[in-house]
Amino acid sequence: MTPDDTKPVNFTVKAPVYLQIGDTKADTAHSGVCVVDVNLPFGKPVNIEEVTFKNYYTAYVTVRLLRRNPEQEAPAKWCTALRDLPLMDNPHTERGSQDYYTIHRTQMQVEPDHVVCVRLILRQPSLAWLTFSLEDIKIFPHTEPDPEKEVSDWLSDLTLIDQHPDLEGLPDPQTVSSSIQQMWALTEVMQTNQTTASIGRFDVDGCYDISLLSLT
Amino acid sequence: MQQGNGIELSLTIAQIIQRLRGSHLHSQIERQAKECLHQPDVKLESLKEDVRSFLKTSGWERKLQNAVYRELQLPPRHPPAPPEHLKEPLAYMRKAQASWEKRVLKSLNSMSTELGVPLAHMRPAAEQKELTNKWNEMGTDEPDLSRFRPVYAPKDFLEVLIGLRNPNHDSSEDISARSHWGLIQVPLNVRDIPHLREAYSELNLTSGQMGIDDHALIHPAVLCTHSLFCLHLSCVVVMEEDSAAAQQYSRQGCPTGLRADLWALILNATNQPQDVMHYEQLKAGVIQHNLLVDNLIYKVSYIYLTPPLLFSQVLLCFSRDTAVLEHFKYNSATPPKSYIQGEIISVIPFHGFSMYVAPLCFLYNEPSKLYNVFREMYIRYFFRLHSISSHPSGILSLCLQFERLLQTHLPQLFYHLRQIGVQPLRLAFKWMVRAFSGYLSTDQLLLLWDRILGYDSLEVVAVLAAAVFAFRAENLMEVTSLASAEAVLADLSTLKVMPLIQVFLFATAM
Repeated sequence: MTPDDTKPVNFTVKAPVYLQIGDTKADTAHSGVCVVDVNLPFGKPVNIEEVTFKNYYTAYVTVRLLRRNPEQEAPAKWCTALRDLPLMDNPHTERGSQDYYTIHRTQMQVEPDHVVCVRLILRQPSLAWLTFSLEDIKIFPHTEPDPEKEVSDWLSDLTLIDQHPDLEGLPDPQTVSSSIQQMWALTEVMQTNQTTASIGRFDVDGCYDISLLSLT
Repeated sequence: MQQGNGIELSLTIAQIIQRLRGSHLHSQIERQAKECLHQPDVKLESLKEDVRSFLKTSGWERKLQNAVYRELQLPPRHPPAPPEHLKEPLAYMRKAQASWEKRVLKSLNSMSTELGVPLAHMRPAAEQKELTNKWNEMGTDEPDLSRFRPVYAPKDFLEVLIGLRNPNHDSSEDISARSHWGLIQVPLNVRDIPHLREAYSELNLTSGQMGIDDHALIHPAVLCTHSLFCLHLSCVVVMEEDSAAAQQYSRQGCPTGLRADLWALILNATNQPQDVMHYEQLKAGVIQHNLLVDNLIYKVSYIYLTPPLLFSQVLLCFSRDTAVLEHFKYNSATPPKSYIQGEIISVIPFHGFSMYVAPLCFLYNEPSKLYNVFREMYIRYFFRLHSISSHPSGILSLCLQFERLLQTHLPQLFYHLRQIGVQPLRLAFKWMVRAFSGYLSTDQLLLLWDRILGYDSLEVVAVLAAAVFAFRAENLMEVTSLASAEAVLADLSTLKVMPLIQVFLFATAM
């Protein structure tokens, strides 16, 4: 899950291109395929964490990535990260048509690292709609998780944190508190059973000298 | 919504925890957990396990499970999606709902001006005292209501639904002949009989149903065993206080004596002291202020021969319950509110919505319990019958489903009715918008509502509407005018709903 404070990457989106068969610009035929290219900032390839967008009547989306490996001098290569992800249950009906979606890196078939360009291929085979597209496309970069601040609030509320603090020679707090609990129970018992019998002190002839006590 | 399973699960868990945190149940469980520390068998070394097992044996874990189950019914929130999208994903539907609400409010305001009655005013002290004394006799003598008319009629709402269009929908070509047969022009996802058979498999012809299979015609020995088994099972469910089990059980109908408890369990409508207090506060509000809509409520309360006082009490309180407003976060409808001295004082109910309460008066005699159950049923189901949304239980989907079922499985009947100038939806709409309340006999209605709760969906209402047409198909094929079609369908009070639904779903030739 992306933390809320991660900023999306700035990029430019080229105008969507609706593919047609043949040369003539036929107005009557609807195009069922559209290509949207997202160019990431030049010279700064991105490791993608997730891609979010809002659908507008697109039935299926395919995600292709142009990756350039920084170590090798090989030219950048295109690969398919996700093929024909269904966004609408049924291309002819409304469900999913205006929903928000997230594609996480774990859902992609390749590692989306060192990405220079993202190409989204949209398909809408149904004739029911006048147009289709994706809106509000955002790409979030992958950040290495911060080791100290990994566990989110709610998780730590659910589980007991089994940390053993550095005791420096002191007894274990758990055993101390359970013996205190027992002592408290004992005092309760004593309070209820008060007697007049003397407790019986360990003294030797009225004296509490420690070296003498050890003799008893 | 496509996401990795693990991510979606942790998102759902986080959301549920956030919703339950700070709730009354949360503080109750915390208090219970603290109090159990005094118990001798709770030891410090195994504190976590001991507290958990205490909560389990004392029934609090079950209550928490029920609350989580309730939360799971609500839609999950996807992070980038704004709240209005959560309520209703389609922008043009949100717009249509907003303009419909404006229209209703305008109508209410103009009625107020026309009659010279303010939308809300404080009652004078003497009137308040009188109402307090008469609270338990309410419904027996009424003020002059002849000047008040309903804010709108179902047919007005139907016209709005018929006029709905998706701006992105291409209606230039004859894409689907079916869309030109019926009235609803919005392409929503609705289920056809094969899918319905799967989803409603418990209604199969071979499964026993309460209300059919405990009938006297069956051999006594078989009858006894079956009934006893069902009764025993339902008692166990009630005693275990398990919402999910109660819901599953309700799919085959509830025994009359246990229905009230089972419904309360399914809806997780508890009757805790704070619920009773809340009800008393609402009652105080009724006594203090007189709202214009109160008169509309009085007007409708005579259709049912139920204890009228309970009925009026519940409705008047409901119209003031601003906690209901909180529910509307999950619904794109924003009910009109009225103000008295800067304080939001009411949810204005819509016409005929008193029909949703009446059947419940037969089940519950304690006002605050009845009130809680009604409120839960309203905010889960009934509000969808008079708001514009793309939800599968919304009235729009039900209308479309009804039309599609008829077109697919009774095409000759549909065609014949169109030939004589009758649109079947215009005949069935008034049944569906009231979930058949006021049209069926009460025991049959309650059996239908058992299934609404059991399947957590209003789809059965559309299925029943189509099933009624199927049942009266022969007569309808012979009518030659709208008036005679209406006459054939005028009286539904003798119908037995479950056999009709079962035959329509499971015995229709495919």
